[in-house]
Amino acid sequence: MSDSPALTDVIAVACAEAWRGDGEIFASGMGVMQMLGARLARATFEPDLMVSDGEAFYVAGDLPIGGTNKTVEGWIPFRSVFDTLAGGRRHVMMGASQIDKYGNSNIANIGPWAKPKAQLLGVRGGPGNTVNNATSFFIPKHQSSVFVSVVDMVSGVGYDRAKRIGGFIAKRHDLRRVITNLAVLDFATPDNSMRLVSVHPGVNVSDVVANTGFELVIPADVPISRAPTAEEMDAIGRIDPKGLRHREIPS
Amino acid sequence: MSDTRSKVVTEDQAIATVESGMTIGIGGWGSRRKPMSLVRALLRSNISDLTVVSYGGPDVGLLCAAGKVRRLVYGFVSLDSIALEPHFRAARQAGTIAEPVEYDEGMLQWGLYAGSLRLPFLPTRAGLGSGVMDVNPSLKTVKSPYADGEELLAVPAIRLDAAFVHMNRADARGNAQYLGPDLYFDDLFLGACEPGRRFVSAEKIIATEDLLKEGTFHTLRINRAMVDGVIHAPNGAHFTTCEPDYGRDEAFQKAYVEAARDADSWKAFSDRFLSGDESSYQSAVSAWRAEVAAAKEASK
Repeated sequence: MSDSPALTDVIAVACAEAWRGDGEIFASGMGVMQMLGARLARATFEPDLMVSDGEAFYVAGDLPIGGTNKTVEGWIPFRSVFDTLAGGRRHVMMGASQIDKYGNSNIANIGPWAKPKAQLLGVRGGPGNTVNNATSFFIPKHQSSVFVSVVDMVSGVGYDRAKRIGGFIAKRHDLRRVITNLAVLDFATPDNSMRLVSVHPGVNVSDVVANTGFELVIPADVPISRAPTAEEMDAIGRIDPKGLRHREIPS
Repeated sequence: MSDTRSKVVTEDQAIATVESGMTIGIGGWGSRRKPMSLVRALLRSNISDLTVVSYGGPDVGLLCAAGKVRRLVYGFVSLDSIALEPHFRAARQAGTIAEPVEYDEGMLQWGLYAGSLRLPFLPTRAGLGSGVMDVNPSLKTVKSPYADGEELLAVPAIRLDAAFVHMNRADARGNAQYLGPDLYFDDLFLGACEPGRRFVSAEKIIATEDLLKEGTFHTLRINRAMVDGVIHAPNGAHFTTCEPDYGRDEAFQKAYVEAARDADSWKAFSDRFLSGDESSYQSAVSAWRAEVAAAKEASK
């Protein structure tokens, strides 16, 4: 193991860590880094996870990203994805164009919804995901235009809104982690506002603060995000042999 | 097979039954197995003022670009391998879709399912607490009548005046087969539609006794009681996927996106590909492919 791991590999491991302890559920990754994280977790410390090919099949083994030589272990067409998430047997890692301190997220549009400045995807499955199953986020560029005080459209439900609904949703609402090019964050605070968990090697806490548009909870001691183990580096090489992960992080 | 029971029609005959102001549902998902030849026929028509219900891809983009969409019910509009649909973006940013109705993907399924079961609504948690509630003020919640008393979102039934889906195979009477990895919600689009304008286009029209030759009985999810018209549409999903018959034409999709960048290039694209009938479209695509291949060869 070299003493300075590539940032991309630290991020891949941080993404994988989001699924630690999840057991036999669907680890669903929306995007290259998210998929790598899910498959890496399954290949190493979380072997019972189910992962998909991103199309309609559960695959066994370490299917490379974009790989077609699949060992199919199950069928997961979109209808089954909806059933699985409503049943809570899924932890999805999505992207977000905006996110606020309680984890309200936006992939739908920038500017007013009625006539957006930039129309993005639409809410997609964000509303259902965030009130039904565990949700994490990978955000490739940590900046204050993404980490905002108010999102323009709530496509993913944050803790404040979930608490206002109460009952089943408030009790089970589970935003797990936010991984960025600078840091790992979570919501493990008394009011579930976003907290800094670790900074990546070479990143200062002040860098994170300067690029976040709301007040983060900063513990007295902020550790450095851990380096990949040798086993994890092997698995990353198997899952992403073409190095697609490097394109996910702005240089 | 008796011809008198054949439901085979052309795209234009199918579209001739549709009227301005109707609600139409389009099957497939994003840029996958979309009934594009029917969408292209709709583009050629004078029909406008439509409500379109779709897991949106280039179908929605093209109809928006043609100014045919008054109301759009959607969870997303995407080209999958290219995340953002350019015409849909332009239409939303210009405010030209008079009534956008943005739902969670699961809510859209629930609305179609309620419609197909003739229920007024189906309850769900998906949507609660999200911006979907803010931008759709007519959505209502319903309280569980049981001990839990939970407040759930009542997704209103979606009923369609016309439905279009594309399948790999169909017989002339409308028994249809998907051979790819996902049915998507095509059965629900047909189920939520009033009988009379439920149309299935297919890559091949085959004899009923051949329906199990290429796929198991599990692939026969569309039966003739769900279908009023069958269209023979080889390469009909182009440029979207139609696995296993063909994948997405990524190069053409890219050209589509590039052409959408400004009015002049879009006009040139429309003139070249969308000004004639379906066979002109298919010939124009073949010619374009040959040109691209020749250019690639020349640059070697």
